Amino acid sequence: MDRLKKGEVNMAVTFKDGVILGADSRTTTGAYIANRVTDKLTQVHDTIWCCRSGSAADTQAVADIVKYQLELFAMMNGKPPTTQTAGAIFQEICYSNKDRLSAGLIIAGWDERHGGQVYSIPLGGSLHKQPYSIGGSGSTYIYGYCDANWREGMEEAEAVSFVKEALKEAIKWDGSSGGVIRMVVLTAKGADRHLYLPDTDYKVRHQ
Amino acid sequence: MPGFDFSNYNRNAALHARGVPLPKATSTGTTIVGCIFDGGVGIAADTRATSGPIVADKNCEKLHYISPNIWCAGAGTAADTEFTTALISSQLELHSLSTGRKPRVVTCMTMLKQHLFRYQGHIGAYLVVAGVDPTGTHLFTVHAHGSTDKLPYVTMGSGSLAAMSVFESQWQPSLNRDQAVKLCADAIEAGIWNDLGSGSNVDVAIITADKTTLRRNYIKPNERTAKLRSYVFPKGTTAVLNEKIIPKGDLGKFISVEELTEEGGDKMEVDT
Repeated sequence: MDRLKKGEVNMAVTFKDGVILGADSRTTTGAYIANRVTDKLTQVHDTIWCCRSGSAADTQAVADIVKYQLELFAMMNGKPPTTQTAGAIFQEICYSNKDRLSAGLIIAGWDERHGGQVYSIPLGGSLHKQPYSIGGSGSTYIYGYCDANWREGMEEAEAVSFVKEALKEAIKWDGSSGGVIRMVVLTAKGADRHLYLPDTDYKVRHQ
Repeated sequence: MPGFDFSNYNRNAALHARGVPLPKATSTGTTIVGCIFDGGVGIAADTRATSGPIVADKNCEKLHYISPNIWCAGAGTAADTEFTTALISSQLELHSLSTGRKPRVVTCMTMLKQHLFRYQGHIGAYLVVAGVDPTGTHLFTVHAHGSTDKLPYVTMGSGSLAAMSVFESQWQPSLNRDQAVKLCADAIEAGIWNDLGSGSNVDVAIITADKTTLRRNYIKPNERTAKLRSYVFPKGTTAVLNEKIIPKGDLGKFISVEELTEEGGDKMEVDT
């Protein structure tokens, strides 16, 4: 049996008041869809989340460790960790186990000091701070779209629409991406979840 | 010394390269399912165990006990599902004794995933974990590599496609106990009839807050019936071509009998 892969698309985008994470919901085992409503947006602290891509087992194991580390960090320092701290912990694990892991991660978070931030950790375990980031097999189809349409300091509604349209395009062209679109909006107000279903052509927000 | 011993790895790799086949494990080419309903969760499994093309056991148990309120259905390597569930069951019992709390399904799922992840898929256990605990009703799948999913209805094993087609066409957000049991049993039956790796009977376990019911052989759609004809042949069916009778006294011509002396060692001790 092939191991579970998340051939997929996911992205994180900074905007005026914070940051948005978005992802499709397809998990595959070879040609079979093992889960069509997967939640690839994983919370590792109050307002620090990550998009997981690559091996499901590897990314879940890494996210579980980081979640524990960040909880410990918050208790020992009496204040929540910054997104950069989370990114650094993720990097430590991804780099030191680079030959054993197939995990592509995007870390996005909101903190009091820096507002919304996006960090990406591709396969080798490097850490990149970016204004926005895309990942997963489906991301290759939307490099052009994102480069042409992304703008600095978008309003929340604009950013949500940008993420949704980009993911729709990736789902359309990439066979291993699909299902629902999940989003998490991180601002000073906390985390807000969005859900868009293919039944309504991803137009109506559920939940 | 703690840790793994890889001393046999090179020998096995060299042997395999020279054409020695890998040993064959008894695998549960299986259909297992689970489904949440209002007030509880049900899991079900077929009862066929296979070893390559051979049916190794026609009525095996694939529903494993974890704790009174948590049960597991296992697919993959039979020995691995048996031992991992037994190991986690034991650890969870000790954990519950030391904390003085009832075991939780998430705890069980986390212990299983961390154990399986450590072994990088070499422990071939594919599990459906279901249960009711003080936090509510839960249903998970755990794959051999250590990934987990949380869903209202799940299928696993070689018959998972057949079973999932039943869920995808008949499942609804609100089900009562009887509807859920029927749905699970139907999904397993789809596996029994349409998947070569699955067969024989349907086992079901229903877990609610106050009671767990294990329905062993809930459905037996493959009962062995009496043979339509007798295959006992009457005496004389085979023709006798010739006959030779040797009297007992003449046996000495063909075999020799010697009394054993007692020099060869002590007499065997016998209880008196």
